[in-house]
Amino acid sequence: MYLQITKLHKHFSTKKGKLVVLKDINMSIEQGEFICTVGASGSGKSTLLRQIAGLDTPTTGDVKIDGVSVAGPGPDRGMVFQHYTLYPWMSVQGNVEFGLKLQGVPKRERRQKASYYLDVVGLTKFAQSLPKELSGGMKQRVAIARALTSEPKILLMDEPFGALDIHTKESMHSFILDLWERTNITIFMITHDVEEAVLLSNRIYALSSRPGTVSKEVSINLPERSHTIKRHSKFHDYRDELIDLLRGQGQEALAVA
Amino acid sequence: MRQNPGSVGARTSKTLRSTVFWRIGEDIPKPLNAGLIITSIALPLLLWWLVTTLGNVDPTFLPSPADVLQAFQRLWSTGDIQKDTVASLWRVGVGFLMAALFSIPVGVLMGSFPSIRALLEPLFGLMRYMPAPAFIPLLILYLGIGEEPKITLIFIGVFFFNSLMVMDTVKFVPKDLIEATYTLGGNRLQTLLQVIFPHVLPGIIDACRINLAAAWQLVIVSELIAATEGLGRRISVAGRFLKTDEIFVGLIVIGIFGLAFDLLFQYFLRVSCRWASQKR
Repeated sequence: MYLQITKLHKHFSTKKGKLVVLKDINMSIEQGEFICTVGASGSGKSTLLRQIAGLDTPTTGDVKIDGVSVAGPGPDRGMVFQHYTLYPWMSVQGNVEFGLKLQGVPKRERRQKASYYLDVVGLTKFAQSLPKELSGGMKQRVAIARALTSEPKILLMDEPFGALDIHTKESMHSFILDLWERTNITIFMITHDVEEAVLLSNRIYALSSRPGTVSKEVSINLPERSHTIKRHSKFHDYRDELIDLLRGQGQEALAVA
Repeated sequence: MRQNPGSVGARTSKTLRSTVFWRIGEDIPKPLNAGLIITSIALPLLLWWLVTTLGNVDPTFLPSPADVLQAFQRLWSTGDIQKDTVASLWRVGVGFLMAALFSIPVGVLMGSFPSIRALLEPLFGLMRYMPAPAFIPLLILYLGIGEEPKITLIFIGVFFFNSLMVMDTVKFVPKDLIEATYTLGGNRLQTLLQVIFPHVLPGIIDACRINLAAAWQLVIVSELIAATEGLGRRISVAGRFLKTDEIFVGLIVIGIFGLAFDLLFQYFLRVSCRWASQKR
């Protein structure tokens, strides 16, 4: 197992008492898989990703990457946030290089690597631009390049395309699928968009809400991965199954609240 | 009579009328902008000149612009005004630089670490509400009447305010940006120096710009008490001998230098932090 989550519980102490966010999460992910975790708001999916990234520690349970327990954040788990988190004073090149700079990689080497990954995400022409000069989709591509430059074992993405318009989102879907096929990197992505999850991943974990726990695990077997597959009846079956699942839980969560 | 709500007349009257002068938050035409800027300075000057020429005012009460210009030439030829200006500038320079040098790191640390903040904020919050001029008797008691108490006064007046203002700018560093740095392999010191500091630099420059005005006020206050030279000293001596024209010279020189520093800081902000400007 490449990414192994065992019996993970997470609760927060609030004024009203203990709030259980994640309950008994177990996940096993193989190298090279593209995993999506879907859930309604309040399912704790972002909290789960933060535990894997090491930005937060589980109350009990364990996250292992390649056999080693996660103790804190590190460049072996590349992270792409929902909102654009580029350094606004650095050029695109500077942003992509920054991880290597923090790790003490010599200038020439990090220049080369950054150029390579800028080429991978198709932004070589914008190397000297400032982030504010880029569109939303381009900013996320820079963020992905920045995470990839450290050559992580896994790429973690927290609703990376949630803030994009529909056309940009579709082109980013093609982009990330192409990237995944070329680099064979392991991807773990959080989303509330069921269609996105069915289109991109080869396995989906559906989280129920309050507390978040894995309610279903679905392996996706589709003949091809492109936007035309959305017309395929099999695509509809997967999508409808998951939407029904999440809808039921959304109402439960509302009833509880 | 009230019109029928459905009538066409009522509809059209609701449309926002177009305007040039009263545009909220939008650029106005360049010639209008320049005209208003010139008016802002020229109109008071013109009024001043009119009142003193036509109003038959006692020059010891309100000297004319020509009187003030003459007084300036007089003070310039004896070298007094240059000496005074240099003395005041030096005090502001040393006091303000020392205050900035200490308050910037302290403010960044307070903003970044809740522990440091809890340790220092109560004290700084309290000190901020003690007006710096109220320390003058103590400073004279401890440090005498030389340059030290004046510079220390400026330091006290700027340090606490600037620390707290710099601390506030750190609030605007997005948490995601800090966490992104951790996931890229950055440690806390790197995050502080290479992410938080550059992000708050425009805020720091702005805080310094605002507090330089406070330093400028304090140097004048300190010189009113005990000094042999300085622009504040010049004003207070001129007041004692009813040389109203020299009071005006002192005030105008102070104003011009203050404005010049302000513009310098604004320019510095524009060239050093191009990324932070709203325009593309």
